[in-house]
Amino acid sequence: MKNENLYNYILGIADNSLILGQRMGELCGHGPSLETDIACTNISLDLFGQVRSYFQYAAKIAGDKRTEDDIAMLRKEREYKNVLLVEQPNTNFAYSIGRQFLFDVYHLAFLTELQKSSDLTLSAIANKCVKEVSYHERFSSDWVKRLGDGTEESNQKMQEAINDLWTYTDELFHQTPADIAMVTEGVGVDVTKLKEKYYKQVSELLQEANLEVPESKWFQKGGKEGIHTEHLGYLLSDLQYMQRTYPNMEW
Amino acid sequence: MTTTEQNIDEILIPILEQVSDPEIPVLSIMDMGVVRSAVIKNNIVKVEITPTYSGCPAMDVIGDDIKKALQEAGYESEIDLILHPAWTTDWITPRGRKALEDYGIAAPLNAEADKEVLLNGKRIVKCPQCRSTNTRLVSQFGSTACKAQFQCDDCQEPFDYFKCLK
Repeated sequence: MKNENLYNYILGIADNSLILGQRMGELCGHGPSLETDIACTNISLDLFGQVRSYFQYAAKIAGDKRTEDDIAMLRKEREYKNVLLVEQPNTNFAYSIGRQFLFDVYHLAFLTELQKSSDLTLSAIANKCVKEVSYHERFSSDWVKRLGDGTEESNQKMQEAINDLWTYTDELFHQTPADIAMVTEGVGVDVTKLKEKYYKQVSELLQEANLEVPESKWFQKGGKEGIHTEHLGYLLSDLQYMQRTYPNMEW
Repeated sequence: MTTTEQNIDEILIPILEQVSDPEIPVLSIMDMGVVRSAVIKNNIVKVEITPTYSGCPAMDVIGDDIKKALQEAGYESEIDLILHPAWTTDWITPRGRKALEDYGIAAPLNAEADKEVLLNGKRIVKCPQCRSTNTRLVSQFGSTACKAQFQCDDCQEPFDYFKCLK
């Protein structure tokens, strides 16, 4: 492949949306109310739409017979490059919202910067996605506030979710060799520069939501290198079910 | 910079106006502003369309419908999906906005007003049934990616609001 770094860089971005989209999609028919059910699946739909744009571009760069579907469905666990945060399960609604919120704040800041990419396809995709993700961020922030500032029980559950998910936040700002190469070329976003603002924004909102900002400084990592938590395997067996059962089937 | 220029051969306009959004059948794709260019080159019509939302499932159907409409008018066509410049609700024509309202969907306000509505709960979206502005946001996400759910506190009707996208 001529531009392997760019290919890997795109997968790094897209896999976050793919796995988070699958997680949100799991709530279809299981949301706590009709409105939230529809909201979660709408977010899922946006994310899958974004993934298609990224994977179509990646398939073009790969330049072989690979299609967007192959990239989405035919990789093994170790080949997915998403951060650990997005693969965490829907333990309860507070976890789904907490995961979404902790990712959305990052996602919005990331896409805002990606719009300046020297790669015109990536900047066009970012330009499109940033509008959608700003709605996601409003939705998840609102819910963190509602649950945090709600009843004693909702506050406790939201706090638990934030405490548990916190350990996966630092990885958002790690760089892979492909990231570094792409930043040097003016294509990629230097995520290390987003970190300070991220924690400031997240902390402010948590405080507003009557929640404590976790103090733990011990963070999990590995997703970007393909070393995942056990949850990803189960998620993939669901996501890839049709391709495993009926290889090469088409919709 | 966002350019809003469209490049559509005049002879093709009436054909494209017959194609509608499968999820909002009263709205033609021309009035929605998703057709960015349509030109005849060597007897083949090259059409460029842009999605309203990345995950909009209507885009594939719209592409097929355009192909069909052009074929019936005697043209072969090629459809391309372009992402830049990104679609905005500003591209919905005045006629399109009216069609939305008549269909029972509140048309998008401007970006500032949209924020006031979705973030601060301001009551300024007009109910498409009774025209009252005594309406409230039920959910930021509605029946499709492009809409939010509202309810009118005067006539009690629930309705969709086409979210402003800029």
